[in-house]
Formats: sequence, C-alpha cells, structure tokens
Amino acid sequence: MTIEINNLYKKFGKNQVLKGVDLNIGKGHIYAVLGPNGSGKTTLIKSILGMVIPDKGDISILEKSIKKDWRYRKQINYLPQIANFPPNIKVKELLHMIKDLRNSPSEEETLIALFGLEPFLSKKLSTLSGGTKQKVNIVLTFMFDSPLIILDEPTTGLDPKALICLKGLILNEKAKGKTILITSHIMQFVEEMADEVLYLLEGEIYFKGTIGQLMEQTGQHDFEHAIAALTTTESHAENS
Amino acid sequence: MLKILKYSFYDLIRSRWSYVYFLFYLTLGFVLLFLNNDVSKAVITLMNVIIVLIPLIGTIFGVMYYYNSREFTELLLAQPIKRSSIFMGQYFGVAGSLTLSLVLGLGIPFVLYGLLRSNAIFDFSLLLVTGAFLTFIFVGLSFVIAISNENKIKGFGYAVLLWLFLAVVYDGLFLMSLIVFEEYPLDTFSLVATMLNPIDLSRILILLKLDISALLGYTGAIFKKFFGTDLGFLVSMAVLFLWTVLPILGLRHKAKRKDF
Repeated sequence: MTIEINNLYKKFGKNQVLKGVDLNIGKGHIYAVLGPNGSGKTTLIKSILGMVIPDKGDISILEKSIKKDWRYRKQINYLPQIANFPPNIKVKELLHMIKDLRNSPSEEETLIALFGLEPFLSKKLSTLSGGTKQKVNIVLTFMFDSPLIILDEPTTGLDPKALICLKGLILNEKAKGKTILITSHIMQFVEEMADEVLYLLEGEIYFKGTIGQLMEQTGQHDFEHAIAALTTTESHAENS
Repeated sequence: MLKILKYSFYDLIRSRWSYVYFLFYLTLGFVLLFLNNDVSKAVITLMNVIIVLIPLIGTIFGVMYYYNSREFTELLLAQPIKRSSIFMGQYFGVAGSLTLSLVLGLGIPFVLYGLLRSNAIFDFSLLLVTGAFLTFIFVGLSFVIAISNENKIKGFGYAVLLWLFLAVVYDGLFLMSLIVFEEYPLDTFSLVATMLNPIDLSRILILLKLDISALLGYTGAIFKKFFGTDLGFLVSMAVLFLWTVLPILGLRHKAKRKDF
C-alpha cells in the first residue's frame, strides 16, 4: 500500500471536516479525489502531507506512520493549488532553492524545455502571469523522482498546449509505477486521467471505485452526471 | 534551518524595504552627527528615535513577512523539512536582515565620523546591541501574533496594539501607578516594572550608561544603583535575552500544532 489511512478525524473549530476516513491506496494508479466544496478533499490531502494535524486516526505512507516525522515527505511530490512564490526571487533561483532544500537528484531541464520556460528563467516570479507560474509549479513538482505524486487542481490557468504536456507527464509517471492523487473540478480531465475515483462527502469516503463501476452504480451514461447523481442515490462505499 | 534562513535573508535583503530602512538609518546617522558634531549627543538622540522605531518596524516587518510568505510557507511545508526549521529560518531571516540594516545604516556614518577613535564607542555598541535585541524581540512577538491569527487584518491590528502598548501605554500606566502609590516605597516596583517591558529596559540601560542619570533625580539614583553595576547590567541583558527567547519558544510551540 502506498497510502493507508485509518479512522481519520479532523475538526476545525465546530466544523467536523473528516469523520472517520478509512482509505487504502495501492501502487501505480491514478486516483481522482472528488467531492463537493467543503467535503474535506483538501483537508485529507493536507493530512497526508502533514500540513494538517489530525485529531484522531493514523496515516501510513509506504508502510510507515507519518506521525511526528517529516522525512517521509521526501517520497511525495506535491503541487499546491495556489502557487504564490517569494516575489523577489528569479525562477531559476527558486528551482535551485527547492533542489537545494530537497537534496535529491532532479531533471528540470527537460521539463523547462517541455513547457517553454527558458525565456522566463531569469525573470522575477512577481512578473510572471498566472499560467506561467503554474508551469513553474508543475516543473517544481515533477522534477523529482518520488513514488507518490499529489496534484491539487493541476489544470488551473494552463493553455491547451501545456495541458496536453501535463497529461503526458502524468501518464508517463504512471507508467513508471508511481501513485498519483489528483483533485480537479474539470470532470473531462478526471475522466480522461483517473483509474479510480474517490468521492468524499461530508467527511467520509462515499464512493471508491473505477469510473465504470461508478456509471453502473448510478445508472448514468456520462461521467459528469454520474458524479452529480452520487450525492442523490443511496449508494455507499461498500463496493470498493 | 540554515537553508531557509539563507533564502529568507537573501529574499529580504533584496527587497526595496530593506534598502529604505537601511537608507533611513544612514541618513539619520549622517544628519545627527554633522548637526550635533558630538558623538555622545548623537547617541542620545539616536536612542530616542530607535527605541520607539525599532519595535515598530520589527513588528510591522514581521507581520507583513509572515502573511506575505504564507503560500510559500505552504510550499515549504510539503517539502521534507522539519516544521520548526521553516519558521525559525524565516524568523532569523527577517530579524537578521533588519539588524543588518540597523548596524550598517548607523555604523557607516559613525565609523566615517571617527567613532573608533572616540570614547563613545561602548555607548554606541550598547545602542546597537539593544537595537538588535529589540529587533529580535519584536519580530518574534509579531511572528507569534501572526501565526495565531489567520486573519491578516486582525493579526496586523494586534501587532500594532502590542507595540502601542509597550511603547506608549505602558509608560503612562507606569507613571500613573507611581503617582497613585506615591506614599509607598516603590523602588522594587519600578525596577520590576521596567524589567517587564523590553523598551523601557533598553532605554534605561542606555541612559544609565551615558552618565546622564543625574538628570533622573531620586529614581535615577536607585536605577543607577541597580542597573549601573555590573550585576544590574548582566541581569538586564539576561532579561532582554529572556524576552528574545520566550517569543521564539512560543513560535515553535504554535508552529508544531498549527494546521495549514
């Protein structure tokens, strides 16, 4: 198992966000984490990353509990949702800095070429457009070789060409046997990329299974409607 | 931690505000020296300015830096780095770069003026040391306030209030209590009350070293008796040090438990 989550609870003030999440995520697939706004997607991902500290429950990454540990994050590449970098630093300095901090081998040159970022390398981050920042963000995420990749809304601000590059990248990583978690609101993207769907509702895993199973269960023929129908049918996560 | 420190520091010393801060001290130093034509007097005037200004700038810079780098902090949190290292690195980066602006900004004009040959060098170094302490203390306090408040406006408000309290209101309350309890012996009270506020403590420490405590009258004599001695000096430095360490510990404590 790449990720093992047992009975995870998290409360923010009075708001109980995660209510006993149990989840096993195997190796080498692309998982889409879906759910309505406020269902706990981001909280779940941030718990895995150790940014949110759960009230109860355990998380293990690659068979190791993450409690009070930080070294396990070397196994994770994370693409945050809003990329806001220090404004006074140049792109190449940022790349160099993250490389320096992670201290592991990286292959940024091919990625920089892929997204056509060469002209921006000597520019300060504050001068970049949103889409270009996202490309830098993607380069930062994919330049390390880690068994687990977590992408939070990776498509934000990307032009079609970059989007195709991103899809290629994700599939390429999957082919190397890596586990990939994606959250997205673009259902077309999810349908194209994901092997399995995790649907979170009110802090619990409401559905876990392939897209085919999801269609079957909801009796819908189109993915977007199937997702919408999930919230209204009586189905439950048992068939995962 | 050192890596984070390096990058925060590097980021800050290239920001416009560090230069503004540096140039401000540079101008202040030159103007005071050449208007006063007397290093000792310049040190006193400087003390009056920086004792209030350093805490204000430290507070505002600290809060601003924390909130502005929040997203970047999140990026760092997802990297294999210990949490406390991230915040400690940022804290020392901010406090360090502000201290550097202070030391260079004031140091250059004084050195050019011939400080090294004057006997005011110890007073001047004391000024810089307390200035550095105040920077570290107030950046630390502002970081603790910022990390405890998700809301920027609130955090900013609390930080400025804290500065206002320690720089202005505290003295008012102190004076009032001295008047109200006039008939009681107040020696210990005033000593302790001074110790409890880093701004007051720094001011007294510098004033007494400058040998103008005669102007302070009876209280001055008591203070001189305490702060003027080596023991008093050491105790005050220890208290300033404690004031520096406490916010750092608070920051570490908060950082460990916070959700991002």
